[in-house]
Amino acid sequence: MAEYKWPDADKRTLIGKRISRLDGPQKVSGKAKYTFDLNRPGMLFGKVLRCPHAHAKVVSIDTGDAERMPGVKAVRVIAAAGTELRWQGAEVAAVAAVDEPTALDAMRAIKVKYEKLPHLVVDNDVQAAGTNARPTAATTTGDPDKAFKEAEVVSEGVYGMPVITHCCLESHGSVMEWEGEKNLLVHISTQAITNIAPNLAGPLETTATSIHVHQDHIGGGFGSKFGPDAWDVAGGRLSKAAGGKPVKIMLERDAELMVAGTRPSSYGRIKVGAKKDGQLVAWQSETWGSGGVGGGGSPPVPYIFNIPNQRKQHTAISNNVGASRAWRAPNHPQACLLTMSALEDLAAKLNMDPVDLFMKNIALTGARADVYSEELKIAGELIGWKKNWHPRGDKTAGAMKRGLGVSIHTWGGGGHASDCDLTIQPDGSVELKMGTQDLGTGTRTTITIVAADTLGLPLSGVTHLIGDNRYPASGGSGGSTTIGGVSASTRRAALDALDQLFAKVAPALNAQPADLEAVGGAVRVKSDPSRSMTWAQACSKLGTTPLTVRGKNPGPGTLTSQGVGGVQMADVSVDVETGVVRINKIVAVQDCGLIIDLKTAESQVYGALIMGVCYALYEEKIIDAKTGRTLNPNMEFYKLAGIGDIGELVVHMMTGKGYDERGVIGLGEPPVVSPGAVISNAVANAIGVRVPMIPLTPDRVLDALEKKGGNNASI
Amino acid sequence: MSDEEKVKEKDSGLSRRKFLKVSGIGLSVPLVMGHRVIKVAGQEVKLFGPGKTPITLAINGRKMSASVEPRVTLLDALRNDLDITGAKRVCDRGTCGACTVIMDGKPVYACSVLAIEAQGKAITTVEGLGEPGKLHPVQQAFVDNDAQQCGFCTPGFVVACKAFLDKHPNPTLEQVEKGLGGNLCRCGTYVGVRQAVLQAAKAQRGGRRNG
Repeated sequence: MAEYKWPDADKRTLIGKRISRLDGPQKVSGKAKYTFDLNRPGMLFGKVLRCPHAHAKVVSIDTGDAERMPGVKAVRVIAAAGTELRWQGAEVAAVAAVDEPTALDAMRAIKVKYEKLPHLVVDNDVQAAGTNARPTAATTTGDPDKAFKEAEVVSEGVYGMPVITHCCLESHGSVMEWEGEKNLLVHISTQAITNIAPNLAGPLETTATSIHVHQDHIGGGFGSKFGPDAWDVAGGRLSKAAGGKPVKIMLERDAELMVAGTRPSSYGRIKVGAKKDGQLVAWQSETWGSGGVGGGGSPPVPYIFNIPNQRKQHTAISNNVGASRAWRAPNHPQACLLTMSALEDLAAKLNMDPVDLFMKNIALTGARADVYSEELKIAGELIGWKKNWHPRGDKTAGAMKRGLGVSIHTWGGGGHASDCDLTIQPDGSVELKMGTQDLGTGTRTTITIVAADTLGLPLSGVTHLIGDNRYPASGGSGGSTTIGGVSASTRRAALDALDQLFAKVAPALNAQPADLEAVGGAVRVKSDPSRSMTWAQACSKLGTTPLTVRGKNPGPGTLTSQGVGGVQMADVSVDVETGVVRINKIVAVQDCGLIIDLKTAESQVYGALIMGVCYALYEEKIIDAKTGRTLNPNMEFYKLAGIGDIGELVVHMMTGKGYDERGVIGLGEPPVVSPGAVISNAVANAIGVRVPMIPLTPDRVLDALEKKGGNNASI
Repeated sequence: MSDEEKVKEKDSGLSRRKFLKVSGIGLSVPLVMGHRVIKVAGQEVKLFGPGKTPITLAINGRKMSASVEPRVTLLDALRNDLDITGAKRVCDRGTCGACTVIMDGKPVYACSVLAIEAQGKAITTVEGLGEPGKLHPVQQAFVDNDAQQCGFCTPGFVVACKAFLDKHPNPTLEQVEKGLGGNLCRCGTYVGVRQAVLQAAKAQRGGRRNG
């Protein structure tokens, strides 16, 4: 019986090394095929007509002209007369035609009469939201009134972040094709291969077992691609109406930015009380925000620091904006900004270094206090905190002001349910099969590393098949749950397979199965490595029957756990004449348990920092309050950072003793939590006033400077 | 109305108003016709459309033919008509660089060039640079430095880097950041891209010295 644990550090041949992603050559050469790239035989192009208004009712819809156009193969009404549409971009009708220009023309030929209804798109004004504001009752712990009375210093501020989008570079969409009446082949850009068929079966009136889902590569998801969407269902119906011909619908960029998911906004009026020595004693917060019609989640404040004596109240605003979806680390960047900004403002009021304030209260962070302490020390050294930090407001002459900021964050990241089939063929070839997907996080590479390391083979000795719902089910890739799940199921499958192989091989080596090990492409006796045979010779003992073993997560042994801590520090320069913020350097120190591939793990953190620079400095979904229209559903005005905007990024992974023993823990979410807070704090430190809202655009920076006390500015 | 427009209308047999109408909706019939030649201010000018028109493109050293409407971009012709899908459609309006190809030696956004206008030009897409097993030094450097995650921006970035290095074989980091400012990545691979460009520059310099 195998012992289900990770190999000791000195036995790891591939795990934890710096390994280039296996699908890299495909991706850099254009060979990697994404859903958007598919040209299936006889494929039709689908287009979706979308509602131009934030809130309207369909009075009438006439698809006659579209249907009569040459080249048009199917037209489907999605929102019949009488349907209420509650955000701009809501689906109204869909067409499929022989080529893309014809499909566009047909879409434009559909005549729809709308009755415009009153709309609300504002998300930062509880009063203006009226009955669309849904306040929850305040929750109280301890005695906040008494604690604030006894506090020696109290800091108050308003902070916030607007709605942003996922802006996946490969937009959402699919190619749907019927093979007969019942069977549907689905190519779809998805983070959850195994979720698609069960969710399409009902709307498309077939069974989940009749739906074959496949995806080789996905061009970004970030939490927005878990389900089949309305346009995928429309594609399925168009395909059926067109006799089963494949129908490809990929969202246009404007739709991608209007309807394919957002991160909810979050605003908060925060009051924090402390003793003169920095000991935190009281917290009070009123928070509000919106994630579209659904309202959006309540940020978990105070973030990480469990301050005694709290009063908290949250108001969700439901408005006429495309609905929010999970956005990398849901609710955490919001809670982090609200909390870390408030604490940094408090530190400034106390004339205290914020790192000292954090350390003074480190016990309030709970179970990971030691991790944070160690990380704060390392991050401080990497950014030169002691040398470069100054009390709030850079007093040096000139327009360029430099400042430092700090923030901490956490995330769960335990492994999800995952099944894995590992097959060893009698010729020694090994194949992994798993219904997972590689979001660009390196899933392919990591499962291959785990199997090869376990079997004592080189990477080239193991092939993999993923991205198909006919493979053993593995969870959706979200919430940093993938790496724990897939690495654990693969490890268990490989260990069990070895056990069974050793049983076949042991007699030939005059040994007991438990005495054998697989190392360096050979199976040998642990105590006498000279008694050995090659991997291929060993596998030939299987006879003519391949050995297939199912590995599962959860399962025996502790291969994955959850709960990580990370610290980030930023060094920025702000031009107080133009309001432009430049990143000099950001340091990220991150714990994630045992690392499978150091190279792709670091890439996750670099990527998170860059995504963080995007939302800290540039990103905002701007909607005109009066017309209800999105003003920047394109990439020239919905801004992302470019290669020259990110400064120097330093990533330090906490590995080795004290970390590896925890098993594998997910990494996608945690490092994206802090950048908004850490950059906002660095800017406050540089210019001497808080810019209450991110993104820290020049107008907001100049506005805060003009008010000379931005921390009380209204949103 | 200018003389030029009058000439056009006369030769095409359509009023300006009608021309706009048919090219928009009325007559987008999958009807293939070649271009006509008309005289404008004494010069002969090709007039395409409004229906499909045959085109020939020189892509990665091969001549390829298709029939597309004049409004079809080079990017869509590559992807939809010729099944060359390395160049990606992301912003579709000249902002993000995911569709970058090299046309007569210069990097261009293929979403912002009409297919009919790309005729007679030498077009290199990412597929023309190298393939697994025979990667171009820029592609190899992207792999080595993990300058990719989801990989959707990667082909455009690779092509832009190749064109950039042709012009700046020994670039400074500042030049890299400026020269590649026309490509956007959402996963955040810029750290790897910066390193990749510098590695590729070194490899190419070495290659030239040796060869």
